[in-house]
Amino acid sequence: MVDPLTVRTRTDDVAATGATEHESPTIRVMTTGHELDESEQIAPGASGPAPQMDFAADQVVFELDQLSCFYGSFRAVRDISLKVPKNQITALIGPSGCGKSTLLRSFNRMNDLIDSARIEGRILYHGVDLYENGVDAVEVRRRIGMVFQKPNPFPKSIYDNVAFGPRVAGFRGNMDELVEQSLRRAAIWDEVKDKLKTPGTALSGGQQQRLCIARAIAVEPDVILMDEPCSALDPIATLKIEELMRELKENYTIVIVTHNMQQAARASDVTAFLTMGEDRAGYLVEMAPTQELFTRPINRLTEDYITGRFG
Amino acid sequence: MADTLRPQAAPPAADLVRRAISGRRVDIGARLFEGILLFSLLIALAILVVLMADVIGRGWVVYAERGTEFLTSGNSRDPAQAGVGQALFGSLALMVIVAIVSFPLGIGAAIYLEEYARDSPLTRFITVNIRNLAGVPAIVYGLLGLAVFVVALGDLTGPNSNGRSIISGGLTLGIVVLPLVIITASEALRAVPDTIREAALGVGATRWETIRSHVLPYAAPGILTGTILSMARAFGEAAPLIMVGGAASFVAAGDANLIDQLFGPYMAMPTLVYNWAGLPNQEFRALTSAGIMALMTTILLVNGIAILLRNRYARRW
Amino acid sequence: MTDQPRLTHEDLRGSSARRRRELMVRSLFLSAAAVSVIISALIIVSLVGEAWNFISQVDPGNLRTDGWFPRRDMFDIGTIVAGTLVVAGVGLIVAIPLGLGAAIYLAEYASPRWRGTLKPILEMLAAVPSVVLGFFALVVISPTIAQPVCDAFTGASPIFSMGAAGLAVGILITPLVASIAEDAMYAVPNSLREAAYGLGARKRATSLRVVIPAAVSGIMAAIIVGASRAIGETMIVAMAAGGTGGSLFQLNPCQPGQTMTAAITALATGSDRVRGADLAYPSLFFVGILLFVFTLVLNMISERFVRRVRLRY
Repeated sequence: MVDPLTVRTRTDDVAATGATEHESPTIRVMTTGHELDESEQIAPGASGPAPQMDFAADQVVFELDQLSCFYGSFRAVRDISLKVPKNQITALIGPSGCGKSTLLRSFNRMNDLIDSARIEGRILYHGVDLYENGVDAVEVRRRIGMVFQKPNPFPKSIYDNVAFGPRVAGFRGNMDELVEQSLRRAAIWDEVKDKLKTPGTALSGGQQQRLCIARAIAVEPDVILMDEPCSALDPIATLKIEELMRELKENYTIVIVTHNMQQAARASDVTAFLTMGEDRAGYLVEMAPTQELFTRPINRLTEDYITGRFG
Repeated sequence: MADTLRPQAAPPAADLVRRAISGRRVDIGARLFEGILLFSLLIALAILVVLMADVIGRGWVVYAERGTEFLTSGNSRDPAQAGVGQALFGSLALMVIVAIVSFPLGIGAAIYLEEYARDSPLTRFITVNIRNLAGVPAIVYGLLGLAVFVVALGDLTGPNSNGRSIISGGLTLGIVVLPLVIITASEALRAVPDTIREAALGVGATRWETIRSHVLPYAAPGILTGTILSMARAFGEAAPLIMVGGAASFVAAGDANLIDQLFGPYMAMPTLVYNWAGLPNQEFRALTSAGIMALMTTILLVNGIAILLRNRYARRW
Repeated sequence: MTDQPRLTHEDLRGSSARRRRELMVRSLFLSAAAVSVIISALIIVSLVGEAWNFISQVDPGNLRTDGWFPRRDMFDIGTIVAGTLVVAGVGLIVAIPLGLGAAIYLAEYASPRWRGTLKPILEMLAAVPSVVLGFFALVVISPTIAQPVCDAFTGASPIFSMGAAGLAVGILITPLVASIAEDAMYAVPNSLREAAYGLGARKRATSLRVVIPAAVSGIMAAIIVGASRAIGETMIVAMAAGGTGGSLFQLNPCQPGQTMTAAITALATGSDRVRGADLAYPSLFFVGILLFVFTLVLNMISERFVRRVRLRY
């Protein structure tokens, strides 16, 4: 049900440009009868400063609580609060430079690799704070996998590419089976089953990316993060990957960063729109089921971005 | 003639342009300049040629007369019998110790600096320190070796010879080339693309697992080349050896066993050449040249192997 | 993936065995890196220790005498420093034109194919050990170049001379100077050259007025590194410059002389009597410190220059 105290409409004083910290951005309220799975229980919209979609507790994979990401003293991402649903494809869109990749990489602690990177706020993964003392980033990355912008298979055989992750994680079972299963799930088994010992780098761009997906899947993660996975690929390969994503979401939660709006509209279930504020930090403008965001955006900024007026 | 009856028209514009931009303007200054530059390059190369020619010219007679016996005989006061055998053995033993000392330490330090260390004042200090060490003259390392390995640890390193043993020499030379090993290994590691590390870490591997399975194999050819080149450099170093006792003149031609040889007085190729070069007896000139031929051949061979290996293992995929 | 119950912190702790191994490996590598620092410390400590022995015991009057005769308690520093500067000076006079000339040619004029052939040959020259060049100085440079020239100019032409050694030192450092300078010039972005050509400049003007000024930091670094190497060179001087256990102060390159480096070896080769009651042994270390400081300062200066090169692009 709609909470009259919190709903705003398009004509209200929605920030046109450069929201500052204290201005409250739009609150997006969930009504029933939308495009998400019926099995989800959607709680009534939460009021408060952060726009977020809300989901039933056991459907939430990530919960961000006022997360900011810094490189040294430069704040790249500001006060993000949102929830990422299980077994859905969540897209992060927005103009380039607004910190989407930075945000994504904080989900699996890849930003730890940069000396000056740090965060404020919290990311809860199934209720556990990822940046707590004692949490092992290596274990985090096993559960939360990543596919990168430019396909980066190891300069090793296809088999070894897929087998590496399980090996270091201590997998003792039948590796051949695991490799085959992973390659099947990545929709590339038929193309490579006869040449498992050949170099992964000899494949085409689209195949390499699917190999990288197989590699990520092999360690049996819970989440797959994708950082603009199709930006280096041709349209046909891109469509194949999008198709693959739809299959994958049955078993995995997917979060994808893309600067290609059409892709987000096509392929994702939930979309979050971020943009850069005047302080050059990215912030969350609006998050909604994809169809709604693209057809009835609440925030003026969102509408401008979607219609191509900026970004 | 028909031309003279027609009024002379001005040459068409195209012609003017053509004349302006084509044509061989002989710029003597530029030619001269280029010539001087080429000349200086050729002089440098000519010197190398002259050097080689002189060495071979003086030394080949020794090989012609004595063949490989020269390479196996020990040193002697008699030029007809003196050979580089002992010195070759000594140098070889030295190189083994140099490798044992400098490779693990050097490669390990490089791995730490490139893969683990955060950018902090301490790390920068270590890096600057290593670069400075690379520029310290070899003789200063000789003094270090003298003070530490010969004098202080003499009983340990060379009980038979006041500490002036192959062990001392090898340790000292190992320290001389250590900065070089670190620097070349660091460069090889830096050349590994970050995407490979990201991919491995992203799949849940630890730092060491990433290094062991992906970074090191990728960087191995470069590291190998660097270490081999360091050996070639160490092979020709004489100054530190002089300070730690490698210039002991005539060593008793001995069948001393290996341990005694390691802990006792010894000869090495560069110091042998130095000794012979300083002898007043003119016949030793030819011997010196012959020794230099052996020395240079070894060094060039090792350099060649390093480059061959690098080219052969350049990324196959 | 089945519906998971909520995770606990424990689930994300990871394998402790794996973590322990990581820590061990990291400490191992750290200690390797630490060794390099230890070596520096050792150098300073061992040098300073004995040098202090020397400084505290030496009679200051003996520091400015007619020459460097350590076994006779005459420790004229000026002699060995002057010798070093003369030899290095001659070396630089040779190496700077040859090295820079070769570098400019390779970077600006040579076609890639020639560059691929000529550069390795230059590097071969760099692989020649200094003992070999010392011998070369003695048997070729001295009789064919140094002696005739000295004879013509000064009437005296000893076999051992600082000039002959200096020329050989020049040959030694030419590849070094050429290599660093060439790298610096090669690194100048092509866009600068193209801008010049686009304005109608020719090759010589471009090289002289655009590339070289852009690469000047690297070229300075090349010269300074060459100088540092020349100052630290031992074998060539020991073999060809004629300094023995003792030498008089000498500035004339046509005469024999003694450098800091060869002074050290001269004492060492004088048999096992290096340790003695006299100040000869500690004086080695005093000279060593001088040498260390000289080259350290030069190297740090050249670092400044190299950093400027990197910053510019």
